Amino acid sequence: MINSSLINSSLTQLSHMLASKQISSVEMTQSFLARIQQYNPTINAYIALDEEKTMAQAAAADARIAAGNAEPLTGIPFAQKDIFCAKGWKTTCGSKMLANFVAPYDAHVISQFDAAGAVNLGKTNMDEFAMGSSNETSYFGGVKNPWDFDRVPGGSSGGSAAAVAARLCAAATGTDTGGSIRQPASLCGFTGLKPTYGLVSRYGMIAFASSLDQAGPMAKSAEDCALMMNVMAGFDARDSTSLDRPKEDYTRGLNALSGDQPLKGLRIGLPKEYFAEGLDANVAKVVQDAIAEYRKLGAETVDISLPNSQLSIPVYYVLAPAEASSNLSRYDGVRYGHRAAEYDDLMDMYMKSRAEGFGAEVKRRILIGTYVLSAGYYDAYYLKAQQIRRLIAQDFTEAFKQCDIIMGPTAPSTAFKAGEKADDPVAMYLQDVYTIATNLAGLPGMSIPAGFAANSGDKTLPVGLQIIGNYFDEARMLDVAHAYQLTTDWHTQMPAGLE
Amino acid sequence: MEWEVVIGLETHTQLKTNTKIFSGASTTYGAEPNTQACEVSIALPGVLPVLNKQAVECAIQFGLAIDAEIAPRSVFARKNYFYPDLPKGYQISQYELPVVGKGKLTIQVPAGKHSEAYEKTIHITRAHLEEDAGKSVHGAVEGMSGIDLNRAGTPLLEIVTEPDMRSAAEAVAYAKKLHELVQWIGICDGNMQEGSFRCDVNVSVRPKGTEKLGTRREIKNLNSFKFMQQAIEYETQWQIDTLEDGGKIQQATVLFNPDTGETRAMRSKEEANDYRYFPDPDLLPLIVTEEDKARVKATMPELPEAMKARFEADYGLSAYDAAALTASRDMADYFVAAVQAGAEAKPAANWVMGTLSAKLNAEEKAIADSPVSAQQLAQLLKRIQDNTISNNAAKQVFEALWLAEGEVDEIIASKGLKQESDSGAIEAIIDGVLAANPAMVEEFKAGKEKAFNALVGQAMKASKGKANPAQVNEILKKKLT
Amino acid sequence: MALNIEDIKRIAHLARIEINEQEAASTLTKLSGILGLIEQMQAVNTEGIVPMSHSQDLAQRLREDVVTEVNQRETFQAIAPMTEHGLYLVPKVIE
Repeated sequence: MINSSLINSSLTQLSHMLASKQISSVEMTQSFLARIQQYNPTINAYIALDEEKTMAQAAAADARIAAGNAEPLTGIPFAQKDIFCAKGWKTTCGSKMLANFVAPYDAHVISQFDAAGAVNLGKTNMDEFAMGSSNETSYFGGVKNPWDFDRVPGGSSGGSAAAVAARLCAAATGTDTGGSIRQPASLCGFTGLKPTYGLVSRYGMIAFASSLDQAGPMAKSAEDCALMMNVMAGFDARDSTSLDRPKEDYTRGLNALSGDQPLKGLRIGLPKEYFAEGLDANVAKVVQDAIAEYRKLGAETVDISLPNSQLSIPVYYVLAPAEASSNLSRYDGVRYGHRAAEYDDLMDMYMKSRAEGFGAEVKRRILIGTYVLSAGYYDAYYLKAQQIRRLIAQDFTEAFKQCDIIMGPTAPSTAFKAGEKADDPVAMYLQDVYTIATNLAGLPGMSIPAGFAANSGDKTLPVGLQIIGNYFDEARMLDVAHAYQLTTDWHTQMPAGLE
Repeated sequence: MEWEVVIGLETHTQLKTNTKIFSGASTTYGAEPNTQACEVSIALPGVLPVLNKQAVECAIQFGLAIDAEIAPRSVFARKNYFYPDLPKGYQISQYELPVVGKGKLTIQVPAGKHSEAYEKTIHITRAHLEEDAGKSVHGAVEGMSGIDLNRAGTPLLEIVTEPDMRSAAEAVAYAKKLHELVQWIGICDGNMQEGSFRCDVNVSVRPKGTEKLGTRREIKNLNSFKFMQQAIEYETQWQIDTLEDGGKIQQATVLFNPDTGETRAMRSKEEANDYRYFPDPDLLPLIVTEEDKARVKATMPELPEAMKARFEADYGLSAYDAAALTASRDMADYFVAAVQAGAEAKPAANWVMGTLSAKLNAEEKAIADSPVSAQQLAQLLKRIQDNTISNNAAKQVFEALWLAEGEVDEIIASKGLKQESDSGAIEAIIDGVLAANPAMVEEFKAGKEKAFNALVGQAMKASKGKANPAQVNEILKKKLT
Repeated sequence: MALNIEDIKRIAHLARIEINEQEAASTLTKLSGILGLIEQMQAVNTEGIVPMSHSQDLAQRLREDVVTEVNQRETFQAIAPMTEHGLYLVPKVIE
């Protein structure tokens, strides 16, 4: 009875239910755990569950609610991507290397949720060290797309994505280095936001590519994302790249949208490069329809160009592996993590532990990164990529002189079949062709459900609309997304058979 | 063939901070293994570095002290290599853009067997901030090495010179001068046993008169000046012998064995180092403004060169004396304290460099631990000045002060060292001496100058050494003419 | 800049990842494909462009020199592969 209304409720509605004692956090949490019990063996969204810890948090939240000092997210159960260290929780980052790693400290994001009184349902599956766009590189196996179990949920935040889409949590966290929040949001049909680089502290978030990694919310709606941003964003002295800015209320504009044309005056830039060859025609149609809807809401559209955008993939596949090759050097089997059972000497211990602990894609990226940084190649690859990175960022600076917000597809296609691209890294990398540039520029980007498109099979699958904002323009992006979600219902749809 | 040795130094100075360069873990020396290895020190997944303000200020101080360019913008880079004492698999250092640029240090090279003492300017190429590695401990468990990460992340300033030195003596003089300077400005405790000041010495030789540098070998981790001298001398001779025997020098890292006095190459690395430096994305550029520099400068002590010039100008000390007194901050502080306590500068300088230094050396004590305080020495010098005691008596007082037998005036009184300055009393003594030694008087009058000294001696003896010798001289002269 | 099998072995060794002949060969194919993708960059004239390391042009913040960390050796070593006497153990390090 409670269940069906519960799982489709917004965070605000859940918060009201808790405040008005219609349900306790313990009951709410148990409902979600029951769903997880039922569906997770198939979907494989969660890779670590700890009922005792989860229920203790729920009980504490109930006490807090009873004491009258609840915050908006107090008592609500969230899923946490397994990239965030959570004290006492197994934190694997989807890797055999950390299969037995119990984090001895909390990531900043985890502390923020804890402080808000939120409940941690469990750690979600992900591509190993966040390297992937299908969740197929996880040591703990792939994740099923709740809309079609033959298909991938996208990645790297595939577990969180499936958990949100299958309603196995109220909402979830993700991280996005090249599209890892937005592409799964597109493939699984929900709302995901990658904030401006530096808004959410990276402390305790296991590093993939430090200058690109950014955590953000994955939820059913823009409104839910705004509430989560209020908890996740904020200055943290332990992260040198954390931005010291005044706290914002990301929900502040949501209720100010009114009238038939709430977005009157908004200039939406449409980059011609995002609608060119490589974009699936059915996906393009859905995106164009969504843009038409925005015109109805009062927005005007402007044709813009991001001339260097086709270079974002080459630049990314130099910079991200270079940083990763160095970030992953700490996994040497000395202080924690996997150590080979047998070895001859120190060198052999390193070579075997790392060969055994890392999967194929992670090794590939470490090798690429090692190569582009090695003597004689640095200037041609790394330095060059950093220079082009600036050109890519400047494209956006120019574009934002003509528009307030940029829209386009999030991913070039709908969810693809498991195994389809698993052995072709280059084809897989093209999944992030529209999302990577914002990471390189450090800009905020989000994906919202915009409809469904037919794919190779007979089913129709979710399509995401990408919204890119200027630096620190998250509140406006959320307003723009919310306006669309007030007049459409794509974001409320859920996969069949999981009710 | 005559050979010339070319030497450059890289010195790792451990900066005097409470915490590590990128985390709030303590840097106290000697703690139990890994008890000061926090989550950042052991490089847990997800941890991030934040730069220590004090470490930056130490670097700025050093830059100001060697008259160097301080980079308005410098960058931290990752130096990637695998080693068990390097938890992240990379060391955070500065590579292309160091915080301190070109500077210089003037050294005094002491006289040697074949050379006079001389001054020389050593050019410093750069100084950069970086983190120290941990330590490998051998022998705790059979066949294994133990890793202690307490030291991992300790802030270092690596100071690199141009290849400006041409002898072991110059290298040692530079190292000593640098060692003194970093302690003088308070950025390093200078403790070489604990590894706070470690030198790597690059040595190459070339035929005298040629320009092209020979292939260098780097002597790693020298932690005493004596070993440095020995190591360079051995290494230089080894390279010359090798070349003269028709051999070639291979670039190598060598270690000095103090037991044999020899250097030997480390087990050759399996591969050429490829450190894959790149800017650390976890850290932003370090910006140092003019205001930052001014603020740091205001907190710095007077530098040795400035103090030396001041000693010459204000106290009329010779350049040699002024240099000697400013060779160490403690000695300079002692001297200044003595002058401030009322001692005259010149005698104070003589006593500090003479009697006091000799005694300290003999007893292997540092001037900071001198049993005779600067105030006591000043009081002693005042008593010489006001003729209360003779120079000879002052030596006795000094010995007594060293043994903590009391204060200056107490010692003079208890030992009866006060000299006789009453001219009536001295006249009476002299009259007695003249009466008792008519033969000497006759000799003097006959032109024998020696007899005068003998009479002075007799008078001093009669006064039991307490008569003021100058007065004795004066009165005796009057009486005999 | 075409890769060869020796490059693969060299970088695998630099990265301390054991790799056998067969893996090296398949890695060569895949890495060559990725490098082909990357090669597109070389067509761009980047003369005079300042490399971009961070998305925000900001200065490093400095931390006060105050001890904030306490001894957590026991907690940290509970997850270590091999320790004794408070030390992390590794096969003998030879200099």
